[in-house]
Amino acid sequence: MLTKRIIPCLDIKNGRTVKGVNFENLIDAGDPVELAKYYSENGADELVFLDISATKEKRKTLVDLVERIAKNINIPFTVGGGISSVGDVSILLQSGADKVSVNSSAVKNPELINHLANKFGSQCIIVAIDAKQIDDNWKVYLVGGKVPTEIDLFEWAAEVEKRGAGEILFTSMNHDGTKDGYANQTLAIISQLVNIPVIASGGAGNMQHFADVFKIGKSDAALAASVFHFNEISIAELKQFLNNQDINMRV
Amino acid sequence: MKLVIIDYGAGNIKSVKYALERIGVNAELTNDLIKIENADKVILPGVGEASSAMIELKKYELDKLIPTLKQPVLGICLGIQLMCEFTEEGNTDCMGIFPIKVKKFNTELKVPQVGWNNISKLKTCLFNQVKENEYAYFVHSFYAPLSEYTIAQTIYDKGFSAALQKANFYACQFHPEKSSDAGQQILKNFVNL
Repeated sequence: MLTKRIIPCLDIKNGRTVKGVNFENLIDAGDPVELAKYYSENGADELVFLDISATKEKRKTLVDLVERIAKNINIPFTVGGGISSVGDVSILLQSGADKVSVNSSAVKNPELINHLANKFGSQCIIVAIDAKQIDDNWKVYLVGGKVPTEIDLFEWAAEVEKRGAGEILFTSMNHDGTKDGYANQTLAIISQLVNIPVIASGGAGNMQHFADVFKIGKSDAALAASVFHFNEISIAELKQFLNNQDINMRV
Repeated sequence: MKLVIIDYGAGNIKSVKYALERIGVNAELTNDLIKIENADKVILPGVGEASSAMIELKKYELDKLIPTLKQPVLGICLGIQLMCEFTEEGNTDCMGIFPIKVKKFNTELKVPQVGWNNISKLKTCLFNQVKENEYAYFVHSFYAPLSEYTIAQTIYDKGFSAALQKANFYACQFHPEKSSDAGQQILKNFVNL
């Protein structure tokens, strides 16, 4: 049976992990490769690397890093952040990334999704969507959640599927960083609206939140950062906890 | 031992090369017909869309060479589909090594199937030291139905071939290069065939 997936997310700047990470046994927790190996050996199903470097030169560092990650880990990984062209994607996939995620650039130029899906196949194209609920409406935000748009979340989710996205990574800005749980009601609507896998992001604070995002939020995968990086939740324990609640996990 | 990975422009073939490096095998990426013919082992990787992949294989006349190879050949992911007779993806005629028609998932479940699923009813030395119901990583919308060539099966909406074998030809729908330690063992087994 297909399992639900647990995905740690690492923010990368200039080839280093950004958020302070707290692992005693790692020689260099700022090295994304060390951390990636640690997670892959401890039960992570996939990894996401989000590059927040801005300049072109720094992007070169990212390509080198992707190659090092690909050489060292034996589970799939996704690279996102600042990807805006077929050329960007081509370099990352050729360097060993399994999937890429696009966000703002797809909103600005939705045709990009079609081009990427046609050229590389839907299976490696994740469209990341950041959205915020204002009154009763969910609106899409750009540039890491800084710039609002008038685009409706659900319409955009349906459109990205139609254009060829292979998965949707949805981050609720209302929940991100709160540690109060994922946006389960909204995730369930998206998951029923589209027929591609939905990865939930934003709000993980304890193990029950993961159970809820799979059971109530109907998500296919759950992404989290700080709860893993600060060792608040161990992935092995989390998966056992979820398995005990009849949520199918790779353990 | 000389192992080649067929390079026909398919995406992300480096992951296969890196996975082999992790088990101490240095593989060459090539589309050179003579090198492929003379290799001890051949891997046909594949990520992408079937009809364009077949166009690429034809461009290098690989579609004619591959079915005639005598050494062990391993197709991966799209590779398994290209080794079948036909795929519904782009209604494409493929190489016909396995007399099997590849179908698109027709299910209420999400398509593509993305993630870790069990492989069971494991047959042949490709699965030496791999335990029944081990997890493997899949990403696909098309599948080879169960047949007499099935050497591993997986259940999504129903059972399908996670791996096929006929004579010297092996193929798996999942990605051994991304399937953690079990996948590494499968690659080792192929190398040791």
